[in-house]
Amino acid sequence: MAEYRLEMRDVSKAFPGVQALDRAQLKLRPGSVHALMGENGAGKSTLMKCMFGIYKMDSGEIYYEGEKVSITDPMDALKRGIAMVHQELQPVPERSVAENIFIGRYPTKRWLGVISTIDHEKMFKDTEALLKEVRMSFDPKAKLGTLSVSQMQLVEIAKAVSADCKVLILDEPTSSLTSNEVEALFLIIEDLKAKGVSIIYISHKMDEILKISDEVTIMRDGAYIGTWDAKELTTDMIITRMVGRELTNLFPKRENEPGEVVLEVKDFTSINPKSFRDVNFTLRKGEILGVGGLVGAQRTELMEGLFGIRSHTTGEVIINGESLDVRRPRDTIRKGTALLTEDRRQSGVMGVLSVEDNVAIASLNRFIKWGIMLDGKKIRELVSDNVAKLSIKTPGLKTQIQSLSGGNQQKVLISRWLANNPDIFILDEPTRGIDVGAKYEIYCIIADLAKQGKSIVMISSELSELIGMSDRIMVMCDGRVTGFVDGKDANEENLMTLATQFS
Amino acid sequence: MELNKNKSIGRFLEGNAMVILMVLVAIVVGILRPNFISGANFNNLSVNTAVRFIIALGVSGCLITKGTDLSAGRMVGIGACVSATLLQKADYTDKFFPGLGNLPIVAVLLIAVLICVVFGIINGCVISFLKVPPFIATLGMQTLIYGICLVYTGAKPIGGLRSDYTQIANGKLLENTASPIQIPYLLIIAIVCGGLMYFLYNKTRHGKHMYAIGGNETAAEVSGINVGFRKILIYALAAALYALAGFLLAAKSGGTSVNMGQGYELEAIAACTIGGVSVNGGVGRVSGILLGVLVFELLKISLQFMGVETSYTYIVQGLVIVVAVALDLRKYLAKK
Repeated sequence: MAEYRLEMRDVSKAFPGVQALDRAQLKLRPGSVHALMGENGAGKSTLMKCMFGIYKMDSGEIYYEGEKVSITDPMDALKRGIAMVHQELQPVPERSVAENIFIGRYPTKRWLGVISTIDHEKMFKDTEALLKEVRMSFDPKAKLGTLSVSQMQLVEIAKAVSADCKVLILDEPTSSLTSNEVEALFLIIEDLKAKGVSIIYISHKMDEILKISDEVTIMRDGAYIGTWDAKELTTDMIITRMVGRELTNLFPKRENEPGEVVLEVKDFTSINPKSFRDVNFTLRKGEILGVGGLVGAQRTELMEGLFGIRSHTTGEVIINGESLDVRRPRDTIRKGTALLTEDRRQSGVMGVLSVEDNVAIASLNRFIKWGIMLDGKKIRELVSDNVAKLSIKTPGLKTQIQSLSGGNQQKVLISRWLANNPDIFILDEPTRGIDVGAKYEIYCIIADLAKQGKSIVMISSELSELIGMSDRIMVMCDGRVTGFVDGKDANEENLMTLATQFS
Repeated sequence: MELNKNKSIGRFLEGNAMVILMVLVAIVVGILRPNFISGANFNNLSVNTAVRFIIALGVSGCLITKGTDLSAGRMVGIGACVSATLLQKADYTDKFFPGLGNLPIVAVLLIAVLICVVFGIINGCVISFLKVPPFIATLGMQTLIYGICLVYTGAKPIGGLRSDYTQIANGKLLENTASPIQIPYLLIIAIVCGGLMYFLYNKTRHGKHMYAIGGNETAAEVSGINVGFRKILIYALAAALYALAGFLLAAKSGGTSVNMGQGYELEAIAACTIGGVSVNGGVGRVSGILLGVLVFELLKISLQFMGVETSYTYIVQGLVIVVAVALDLRKYLAKK
């Protein structure tokens, strides 16, 4: 028996214009959790895709159970017992949970010895057993689309587990899980570990890493930095090694002074009875209002309601003393409001469009000359200004936004709204899926905006972020506001108490 | 270094596959059939391309916003029929409106455009407000317009068009002069349309909004873009272009019938796709559309010159659509 279940040696991979992996390494022990860490763009996902046969590496070797192997495609990887839960889910929402789990390898039965059909009974029964094994209790016949995002993620994990794997790659598995679900996932991981499965765990959440992993490998700019025993590491040490410099402060110093009330929301209630209801709050000029709560607390829905993406039945929105009939995003945008949506890919980024177009799209009205033509020169000025100000790393203004990293895409979207010069800026999970260095930069942008007198509403599921950045924190649970906590008095306990009031 | 060089040549070939293919076809046919490269043939090609280009320009907006317009061909047909019925010779025996005097040509064009724009607006509204997928909405419109056109013309062919009308499609700038270069009016009209659409797509808010909707409709809505209104505009403008194309086609043929324009929408969609308008939305340039139409027309004329029977040309055209798009997609696939 080899010491390592799987070993990757000197793996290099280049894409046009970028060396994604530069002699990267990974040594995976049987029955252990191995965290893979690094900033976005450090090459973690690329390395995993090489292991899983999605990418072909330019050079390097993979040893699996002591033998040199070449993994040609994902099917090959699965056959060898390597399974991967992708960061971006690839579900078939219109089909059942069971079908999603057994997709591509449905159990079959034979009729009259010739006609082979799918054995639904067995499939549903197996699914039920499997779900039980991973401590989940959904109806195997339920359409996947009726589940929440976090439940879908758990199904995806169950699917990987069902493949009877020896190596399981989890790429950001907890990004949309509630803390209860994270606990459940950790129990599953412990079970798997006991069975001898090697788990590769990719995450940006330090506390999770330190809690669950046995070993930590850190990568930077496609290169291998080192592997350490998780017990020897602290958050600071990991961050220092990831970014290659000391990060003294996780959050910037804030110098904003909350002033008069700019936004008042009264008895705001959704058209959907299960969503937000009777919401009352105010927002001051130059204030950062954090919005906390568990996944499913309807925070996003509330903000989208205020912005005019979702409908409401009753309630009043008063911006700068003026009552506003919110119907569509245009109504609120005209009043100087901006919303950075939670799901960048789904409702933010226009992938095939250039960085320039993505920045300018919400503020084109300001650049019309002679009644019809756009002033290309002024637009370029604005865009290059923003790119410089937010230090967006892009090869050029004409580059397609989809080729940038998550953090840079987020900055492009922020500058899309900054170009509109809003007074009220609603940020929904502004740092989700963004690496540590870029996170700090986004915090600085937020703090700076507040200092300039902009009012900020920031939804976040990371308690440390809420506590570190907010003047005041509004906590929601089950569609209702359960309380406000002053930023200075906030701690994990009082926030969690409010967030779980009705559950 | 050597490897890099090969790679960049490969990339160049891939990126310009269509242009290279076109030039090659022209050279080969030119060698085999010397009168292929002649003024008359160029004239023929440019006139054929001109009308198809105008139709393709119309469809392109729909495609860029992830839609489509299957009613294009029938709109061309009704545009042609309306124009022709109103512009017959005063002394023509089988006149559609026997008592009708000589209407100003511009007025007739406007009437044809107006009628089609109404259909285009209906298309846009059905797509924007009733949320009917464009494929289905315009499929319904296709049949509906055909029916209206049948009722209107009584399925009778319409001929005897006024010569000042037919002259628009068949005349040339500097015709009957000593000038060696005579430019067909159709070519000029197509160039003007192309120029206007280029301006619209690249220099105006409408264009930017159109690309944004194609790039990510939800994000566009969230950014404050009036998606519904833009789509209605796009489908209405497309209809106006179809009407113009119909008006020109009737003039070019010297007559028309309800079958005018049948199937043109598919040719236009194919040409756009060959020209790099992405079916995934958000991508497409006027120059690409022109190229796509040119490839198609050049191919047709080449096959004609080579004496290939018309039935076979369809087989070749079908192959070219698939091969061209597959080649084009390689540009994106290669990056993975």
